[in-house]
Amino acid sequence: MKTESRLEKVLASGNLAVTSECGPPRGALPDKVREKAEMLRGYVDAVNVTDNQTAMVRMSSFAACVIIKQMGLDPILQMVTRDRNRLAMQADILGAYAHGIDTMLCLSGDHPYFGDHPQAMNVHDIDSIQFVQMVHQMREEGKFMGGGDILNPPKMFIGAAANPFADPFELRVARLAKKAKAGTDFVQTQCIYNLDKFELWMKGVRDRGLHEKVHILAGITPMKTAGMARYMKNKVPGMDVPDEVVDRMAGVPKEKMAEEGIKICVESIQRLKEVKGVSGFHIMAIEWEQKVPEIVEKAGLYPRPENL
Amino acid sequence: MITAERKPLEEIIASVKPFQRILLVGCNECVTVCAAGGRKEVGLLASALQMHFMTEGKTIDIKEITLERQCDPEYVEELNVHMDQADAVLSMACGCGVQEIARRYREKPVFPAVNTKFMGASERQGVWAERCQGCGDCLLGLTGGICPIARCSKRLLNGPCGGSTTGKCEISPEVDCVWQLIWDRLKALGMQDRYEDITPAKNWQTGRGGGPRKIIREDLAE
Repeated sequence: MKTESRLEKVLASGNLAVTSECGPPRGALPDKVREKAEMLRGYVDAVNVTDNQTAMVRMSSFAACVIIKQMGLDPILQMVTRDRNRLAMQADILGAYAHGIDTMLCLSGDHPYFGDHPQAMNVHDIDSIQFVQMVHQMREEGKFMGGGDILNPPKMFIGAAANPFADPFELRVARLAKKAKAGTDFVQTQCIYNLDKFELWMKGVRDRGLHEKVHILAGITPMKTAGMARYMKNKVPGMDVPDEVVDRMAGVPKEKMAEEGIKICVESIQRLKEVKGVSGFHIMAIEWEQKVPEIVEKAGLYPRPENL
Repeated sequence: MITAERKPLEEIIASVKPFQRILLVGCNECVTVCAAGGRKEVGLLASALQMHFMTEGKTIDIKEITLERQCDPEYVEELNVHMDQADAVLSMACGCGVQEIARRYREKPVFPAVNTKFMGASERQGVWAERCQGCGDCLLGLTGGICPIARCSKRLLNGPCGGSTTGKCEISPEVDCVWQLIWDRLKALGMQDRYEDITPAKNWQTGRGGGPRKIIREDLAE
């Protein structure tokens, strides 16, 4: 084992891993974090805690991770290169590890253009691949990016994002290879609605043996309404929602839409379970965390492994 | 070249309002090429200011002059003969030109009439786009001659991010995804293998991160 991470243990055991996420509140509301995380207890192996997602100010991922850790759950510290330079990032990694946080996700982050502070300077001192390299070097060599020795180096299990649906498609396997080369242990993918395209990407991944170097957690987001499906199809960059999915959501009465969304999501998991190289699922139920237990159970991913 | 755009007229009026005699100085270099602050724009701005103050019942003296290069002390010296008759200087050069006047004429207030934008190139008639951020350590040799520092919204040296869609950037369909352009170019050059080489974290010391920069050429410096 490279780390003490529970996620690493689950993945190493050969079980399909399950992660979900908790978006911190837009206010100093620790109980809100607890409430969201509590819904996930027992149903997931680790909880991603987003870092100013969609470039909107929220409680820091670090602080919310500490709250979740204190609840006896396993948080995944998300961190974006948009808001911090290499000094601040390494400082927060030391701080997080000092609080027992041992798993993180290295991202570049949405552009401030999308958020509530479009006036902000985006930092991008390093990019997401260099970020992975940095955390890997901290763990494996015990050195800061600047070369200095770290006292008690943080042993982070290192995650990154992968979007098989962004363009150019032909680069997307190579990009995963690059992330693997940088030292990524696991990736969580963009929400998958176009399963055929995902399977095509996975074939490319397997052809290069990348699934043996990096654990791939398939990203799943349940749709609540046909409107949400249309919005994701048309407005969210890098999202691929086929017409069939939109039509299927639109084809049921309004009061049945949420149920249909869960059904689609469970069917997707069932199909993706059979795809060689998929090591687990990352269920992003945006402001719908209470549905995660139901999805996990219906998809046959419950109970979660214990005593690893 | 350095590109610029003229400031809104109201902002320029507000800056020169307290003064009677204005020396309006253009520059014959970059700002002429991007049609922001050359001889022609100096003339247009002078007329616009005259008209505005006339409607307010105020007369204003505007002396128009366009220097060969406003960032060069040698040419700025040409303003000596006019300075006595000026209460303030309004510069249509980039920020470098404005500052050269401020340095040379310490007792004279100087105001910018343009917003300096970026180092760029002309894409077509009337359109200029950013090309370089002067990082001080050029990596264009690695990226097919296309700069991700200046042209990727997230400055990714190992892109593209997950927001690249049909060749466009996630921030706007008007913005090209530079990593799509780099990839297309690497392919055209038969250099696709380069893509998987990880570009290491940038040393920003050679750029603005190292503080204000200066070039000293011992062979040329007096």
